[in-house]
Amino acid sequence: MAESTVNNMTIRLAGEAGQGVDTGGAGFAKALANAGLWVFTTSEFMSRIRGGLNFYQIRVADHPLYSHVEPVNLLLAFTEEAVSEYAGTVVPGGGVIYDQGLKVREEMVARNGVQAFPMPLVKIAQEVGGNRIMMNTAALGAAAGVVELPFEFIAEIIQRNFRRKGDAVAEANLKVAEAGYRYAREHYAAGFPWKLQPRKTSRPRLMMTGNQAIGLGALAAGCRFISAYPMTPASSIMEWIAAHGARYKVVVKQTEDEIAAITMAIGAAFMGARAMTATSGGGFSLMVEALGLAGMAEIPVVVVESQRPGPSTGMPTKTEQGDLLFVLHASQGEFPRIVLAPGTIEQCFWTMVRAFNLAEKYQCPVIVLTDNYMAFQARTVLRQDFDYTKVEIDRGALLTKEELEQMEGPYLRYKITESGISPRALPGHPKAVFQACSDEHDEYGHFEDEDAENRVKMQSKRMRKLRTALAEIRPPEVYGPEDPEVTFLTWGTTYGPVREAVDILNSQGVRARMLHFVDIWPFPVDAVLPLLERSGRLVAVENNGTGQFAHLLRAMTGREVDDRILRFDGRPLSPDYILRKFEEARIHA
Amino acid sequence: MLDVKIYNSPVKPTWCPGCGDYGILNAVKAALAQLEILPHEVAIFTGIGCGSKLPDYMTVTAFTTIHGRPIPVATGAKLANPKMHILVVAGDGDTYGIGANHFIQALRRNPDITLIVENNMVYGLTKGQYAPTSQKGMVTSTTPEGAIEVALNPLAMAITGGATFVARGFSGDPKHLAWLIAEAIKHKGFSLVDVLQPCVVYNKVQTYDFYRERVYKLEEEGWDPADRKAAWEKAHEWGDRIPIGIFYRVEGEPTYEDQVPALREGALTTQPVGLDPQAFEALLNEFA
Ligand SMILES: Cc1ncc(C[n+]2csc(CCOP(=O)(O)OP(=O)(O)O)c2C)c(N)n1
Ligand code: SF4
Ligand SMILES: [Mg+2]
Repeated sequence: MAESTVNNMTIRLAGEAGQGVDTGGAGFAKALANAGLWVFTTSEFMSRIRGGLNFYQIRVADHPLYSHVEPVNLLLAFTEEAVSEYAGTVVPGGGVIYDQGLKVREEMVARNGVQAFPMPLVKIAQEVGGNRIMMNTAALGAAAGVVELPFEFIAEIIQRNFRRKGDAVAEANLKVAEAGYRYAREHYAAGFPWKLQPRKTSRPRLMMTGNQAIGLGALAAGCRFISAYPMTPASSIMEWIAAHGARYKVVVKQTEDEIAAITMAIGAAFMGARAMTATSGGGFSLMVEALGLAGMAEIPVVVVESQRPGPSTGMPTKTEQGDLLFVLHASQGEFPRIVLAPGTIEQCFWTMVRAFNLAEKYQCPVIVLTDNYMAFQARTVLRQDFDYTKVEIDRGALLTKEELEQMEGPYLRYKITESGISPRALPGHPKAVFQACSDEHDEYGHFEDEDAENRVKMQSKRMRKLRTALAEIRPPEVYGPEDPEVTFLTWGTTYGPVREAVDILNSQGVRARMLHFVDIWPFPVDAVLPLLERSGRLVAVENNGTGQFAHLLRAMTGREVDDRILRFDGRPLSPDYILRKFEEARIHA
Repeated sequence: MLDVKIYNSPVKPTWCPGCGDYGILNAVKAALAQLEILPHEVAIFTGIGCGSKLPDYMTVTAFTTIHGRPIPVATGAKLANPKMHILVVAGDGDTYGIGANHFIQALRRNPDITLIVENNMVYGLTKGQYAPTSQKGMVTSTTPEGAIEVALNPLAMAITGGATFVARGFSGDPKHLAWLIAEAIKHKGFSLVDVLQPCVVYNKVQTYDFYRERVYKLEEEGWDPADRKAAWEKAHEWGDRIPIGIFYRVEGEPTYEDQVPALREGALTTQPVGLDPQAFEALLNEFA
């Protein structure tokens, strides 16, 4: 069955840092979203400010998208290196747009039936716009021309993006884009099969990135304090919240290091503000001791850990899911923590709302685990999926002024209870005089770091909170048929690639199913066991080299996976990659 | 003036008899009583060390954090609720060693926090290793041939770093120390009170007698704490005569929390949690 060539393609912009790959790509994606199309973007950036080779990739369709795919239909190459590196990703019949002035051998592009679309982009920029810097605008116009997208959508986005820089700049860019559009349409559109046509949309859509959804979720949850230290890919969470800090009354503190970042958040949370920090694995390593402080002193703090490939500095601008077992075990001793790993933009938002509620209800650190792939991906989503009336704020057992006033006897901050949850009082009330303590302590909070009986009581009290929390831990999402022959076991940001791989397999007659975990710890054993009984062949799909979730599954259920599809080259899993590996395994099996 | 008994705790200190920390505990209580600050109006943050156990021996809002980190924890607390009085009480190892970067950053941030350092020039709790403030040549279990580094000078550092109140006290003179702590708490901005605190077990050089023979009070010699340059020079006086008192004080500098836009409408902790639905829709519009 031939795939449709209308509203079903991937466009990749590639060039050096500083050439507008990112901003141009984002603008083009927005134009497509405005045309009523569903969009999914990913990008790959080198860890440098100028030069190098970066790409921004836009997948577009008539239906909601959950993942990127690897094959490219149209490549916009801003440098010779972009052509030579990425021409191989273009499918037969696809095209490569590049400036005539680049030293590109056409035969090299055309090797696999790919069409070369050389154009006078720089010349257009210079002659029409008066500045060669507008070359990327000409290229975007050209891309729209080749796919025959009505020019108005490009015009609109140029007006919007360049308005800040003044009418003259906007006008010049508009003319350049139009010239590029016309040139491409006249010369190459007829021979290019993939087309983009605007669609009417009934339900309003939004376009946002993973990190924006995390920031938005934090604000919706009433987060009032973020202290963090910049680290890719987490930095834009703090930056996004900072841009809204004054208006939404959030204290944003860039700290001297990640130790200060988490400890400041702990101080703010101790006082009663909803507080968070965000970092990547390296920064999280520095936070480890203080994570245990939050565990011992029972402070509700939310930590976003946006993973990148380690060890050590690793690959700063690439992606990996290599920190799962680390965050599950980080810090000495045993204490309750909750670990959540959202898989979609929507889940990033709702997971943050839940994270703040769970942190306060169970008075413990909550770790939200994402990665570079999620941080930078942008997707069109339905506005109705961000319905604020569904945001519930639950501060857990928090004593009101009245309750404190009526309290007989002294307030016991660490009162031993059946649930393990000791009602919390915020400092500042005459009755709320207590000590939060990192040493083992008694119910008041006084040091009691010798007594064996007290130790057992307090440690058991804290750990009971996990058991209590388990009641609201969600089972994995089951996607796919009832009686699968194969089940892909996955977690966190791999949701989209695995879901789409499952769709493709089912369309090919393979009964494939996905089990996707957002809630990872406490581990929902009871919900998982029956699902494993009807799994068929169980295949772990993870963006790491050892299958960390498969380890966890084995530890918690005794079930060993039958196979693993793993990736640790710094690149995200994709449906194509998963299917390739699945095929290879079937052949070898 | 409140009765200091309201700060008493049922817990008996575990400090060695004669430890300089007793004098600091009494001075903290006396200063709070003098300023009529009730136990729920102040929060004391400590690290880990002998001296950091201080609030356990009081009835007061407190948070015993981890070694080296009370300053950032306290800073977060101050930013969440600027109405609380915030004290940090910690050892010299805690403040000038493992937590030194936080100390330096606090100096230039100027939050309205009072930092009281129990400076015994040694690591007490871990049984006598040398500290960043140990004098060059000090013999300890980890420097059997004598410490090689030059001792860190906290007062000069604080003045250089932008502190707006810098003082030194002596735990052998708790009355004078209580006055210093009260002045520090009254000061709006970051205040450091570095306290000469004899450790009777592990520091056989800087003893009570050592200090009693040497300390003199700046205010008795007509010292003008407004002169930053002179204060910096004074901070280097260490020998036969050791000055205690207020070295440097400048009033009217804005505090960190005063300059945070999000705090213009008061403490975060007194505001409702969550967003106004319209404010949320405005946020969504940014993505439309
Ligand atoms: C991260 C960490 N490292 C080491 C220790 C062990 N430790 C506890 S207190 C201390 C030093 C105490 O010295 P100081 O801060 O001067 O306090 P003092 O006991 O002298 O009052 C050390 C090294 C610890 N608790 N945490
Ligand atoms: S070891 Fe030194 S500092 Fe610690 S309690 Fe004893 S005398 Fe005080
Ligand atoms: Mg010490």
